[in-house]
Formats: sequence, C-alpha cells, structure tokens
Amino acid sequence: MDSTGKIVIFVLILTSIAAVSLTGLREATLSRSIQNEVVFNKRAILASVGNYLEKSPSQLSDDEVLQIFDEKMEQVVLNMTGEVQEGIKAEDVDLAKERKKPEEERMLPLYVYNSDKGKFYILSVRGNGLWDEIWGTIALKDDKKTIAGASFDHKGETPGLGAEIKDNPTFAVQFEGKQIYSNAGDYTGVVVRKGKAQDKTFEVDGITGATVTSNGVTEMLVRGIAYYKPYLDKI
Amino acid sequence: MAETLVKEQKVAQVPKVSEPIFGQKERKLLLDPLTDNNPITVQVLGVCSALAVTSLVAPSVVMAIAVTAVTALSSLVTSMVRNYIPKSVRMIAQLVIVAVLVTIVELVLKAYNFTIYKQLSVYIGLIITNCIVMGRLEAFAMANKPWRSFIDGIGNGLGYGAILIVVGIIRELLGKGTLVGVPIIGASNEQVSYFINTAAESGFGSFFSWYANNNLMVLPTAAMFIVAIMIWIQRSRSPKLIDIS
Repeated sequence: MDSTGKIVIFVLILTSIAAVSLTGLREATLSRSIQNEVVFNKRAILASVGNYLEKSPSQLSDDEVLQIFDEKMEQVVLNMTGEVQEGIKAEDVDLAKERKKPEEERMLPLYVYNSDKGKFYILSVRGNGLWDEIWGTIALKDDKKTIAGASFDHKGETPGLGAEIKDNPTFAVQFEGKQIYSNAGDYTGVVVRKGKAQDKTFEVDGITGATVTSNGVTEMLVRGIAYYKPYLDKI
Repeated sequence: MAETLVKEQKVAQVPKVSEPIFGQKERKLLLDPLTDNNPITVQVLGVCSALAVTSLVAPSVVMAIAVTAVTALSSLVTSMVRNYIPKSVRMIAQLVIVAVLVTIVELVLKAYNFTIYKQLSVYIGLIITNCIVMGRLEAFAMANKPWRSFIDGIGNGLGYGAILIVVGIIRELLGKGTLVGVPIIGASNEQVSYFINTAAESGFGSFFSWYANNNLMVLPTAAMFIVAIMIWIQRSRSPKLIDIS
C-alpha cells in the first residue's frame, strides 16, 4: 500500500502539470481561436445569402468574409416590440444567452445585406433539436415574405440523422423561395413535413429517421421568424 | 564469494542484449487486435461509440483516427509514469492523462484547423469516455514498457477503427445509397425526395436502380445487428474464441 502522503503529493503534481500545461496552451491559442470563431459565425450568416454572393461562402477567404461584413452588411439590434436599439451591434448579441432571458427582455440581431442583387434581411433563429440546441439563419428577400436562403447548425445532433440539417446541403437548399405567409395573408412560417412536403410553396421535406430534429426546425422557424415580425411589418 | 557475484551480474545483463525494436511480440501486439483480440468483437469495448457514429463513412474514419491517436499516446504516457502511480488512484490518474491529451488536441485544432475542429467537436467527448482507452491503460500500459504500450494502443485503435469503417460502409450504402456522400445505388428519379432515395445516374450504380434505401440502416439499431453478426461469424470461425464452458 502507498502512504496517504505519497498519494496526495502524486495527485498534486499530476494535476498541477495538467493545469499549467492546459492553461498555457489555451492562453497561447486564445486570440487565434476567437478570430476563427468570429469568422465562422459570419460565414454561417453569409451562407443564407450564398446564392447572391460572388463566390460560395466556403470558398471565401477569412479576409473576404470580414470585408463583406465591413462594406455591405448593416447590423441592427431589435427588442421584442421591434424597436431598434442604439449603441449595440448585431454581432455582439448572443442568441444562446438571449434565449435564457424572459421572452419580453430579449434582443434580436438583424443583418441587412445590401448587394447589387437587392436587399436581404437575415434573421437568426434558435431552438431545440433532439439532443441539444439547433440554430440557423434565414434570409428574406426585399418583399419580407419570400425566403432567399437558409443555413442551419447544431450542437450535438446524430450524424446521418439530425445532423443532416447542416451536413446535407440539399436540406437547406429546399427553403429557397418558400413563402412565410399563406395565400390568405396569415403568417405560417415554414413547415418541415415528415416524409415529403405536401404543398411545395410552404413546406419542405423532412429528414427520414430524424423526426424530432425536423419538428424542432419547424418550431424554431415559426417562432423565430415571428419575433422579427413587429419590425418587418413596420418598415 | 567473488565468483558468484560475477555470475549474478552476467545473468542480469543477458536479457537486455536480445530485444529488437519491432520483433515477434510487437508484431503480435499490433496485429492481434485486428483479429483474435479485437476490442469491439472480442473484448466488447467501445460498442457505444461504434453504434453512435457509424451511420456515415466519413465520421467513422475520423473517429477511428482520433481514437487510435488517443489510445496510443495515452498508453505511452501512462506506461512512462506507471511506476510512480499509486495503485489506489491509478484510474483517476489515467483519466487525467487521457483528458489532458484530448484537450491539447482540441485546443490546437481550434486555433490552427477550425474546420476539422468543428467536424470533430461532437466526438471529442466520446473519445475521453471510450472504454477502449481506459481498458487498454488498465490491462496493458500499467504493466508494460512504453514502446510496447504504444504499439498496443495503435493496434487496438486500428482494430476498433476497422470495425467502425466496415459498419459505416454497410450502413451508409444500404441506408442512403451513398459512400462518403457519393451516390452509388438507388432509384434514378428526380421527383423522389433526396432523403428518401438517392439517384445513381450512370455506371455500376444504375444496375441497382431498383434499390430503395433501408431506413433502418440509418438508425443505431442497425449497427447493433451488424456488430452482432460480425461477432457471430468471428466466433464460429475462430477455434480460439469458442467458449466450451
């Protein structure tokens, strides 16, 4: 048997080495990983207007992504009644944190992309998948009724099933051209239909075997787009 | 008196001379886990992740590489410090070593290859809790020299990876009609939704255009059946594994 003293000293040495080496490495790589994260998020936002960019978002270099944001992207922050908040940029609003607040106190990031092909409103939405959170960006055309594009991501959905919302490019492509208002003019959002879409104007095909994630996307879109309605109806 | 002393010294020196860097034993350590001592089908370790990530080929390959690297490196480190680890806290010590190594890989990827980091992020937690890593540290690295432990880690990682990739190929091909995302078999019909059927326009795949994707294959349940069938085949073929008790 080892003495208690030896065990305590061993554990202290082991954990100190672990703590010092990991802290040192984290400090050394922090600025780079933050920069990567920022560019990654901006690239995801651009993915929703991917059809209207000169290059596909995955081919843009990091600098080009930042340049588009500097030159063509207008950043607006809204509250839940649709009033513009001054002195804050959309990229500083973290929807994950906003979701934890009571509904009426939340802030909404809105990006307005001014390109030579028109004006696009890029909304950010967030909801629950099967295992963890899912989120996405939805671009609306100038009429504020037609979806121009969408991109989705997730924290821990199953590869091959729920993770297809991000991994399979044909899923997000389905949203292009969908209407968020019914023919009678009522707000409906977009429905991800289990199996196949019934009405191609308002619905997209679900992912086989991932019903919970598909329903999560529907819920996220219907609720998330509605949050922006007070502002979109005003302008 | 003096004579016996000399004799003892001679005896003690003998085994050091005849130890090749990669001899019969190392070969066995590397290749055994691929067949007769496979971590999944024989040791029945790491089954949970084998069910979780094998619905597509690409994540299976990534997971195989990641687990091989972690098992090999943690075996090496654990074996180097094995004589200093007090027996009563050995598992905690092993866990710390595994967690530190995985976190280092995670931090480096996050700073220098963000794309791969994003692809891997779901699996990193699964690597730390993978039974194969701890299992090999307990069963082998705690009692063997660093080099052999390293080889043992690589062998077990490869044995695990081989099963993962085979299961991944079967599941992706039969479940989605694709391999690494490329359509191989399935109906060629544009009206059919991508998620129900995949189109293989020409070549070999067009012979299988009658094939409708089996949705069960996409679910983890299918991996359970495939792994079970593999265990069945292996055990009935290999006389060493037949349980006579």
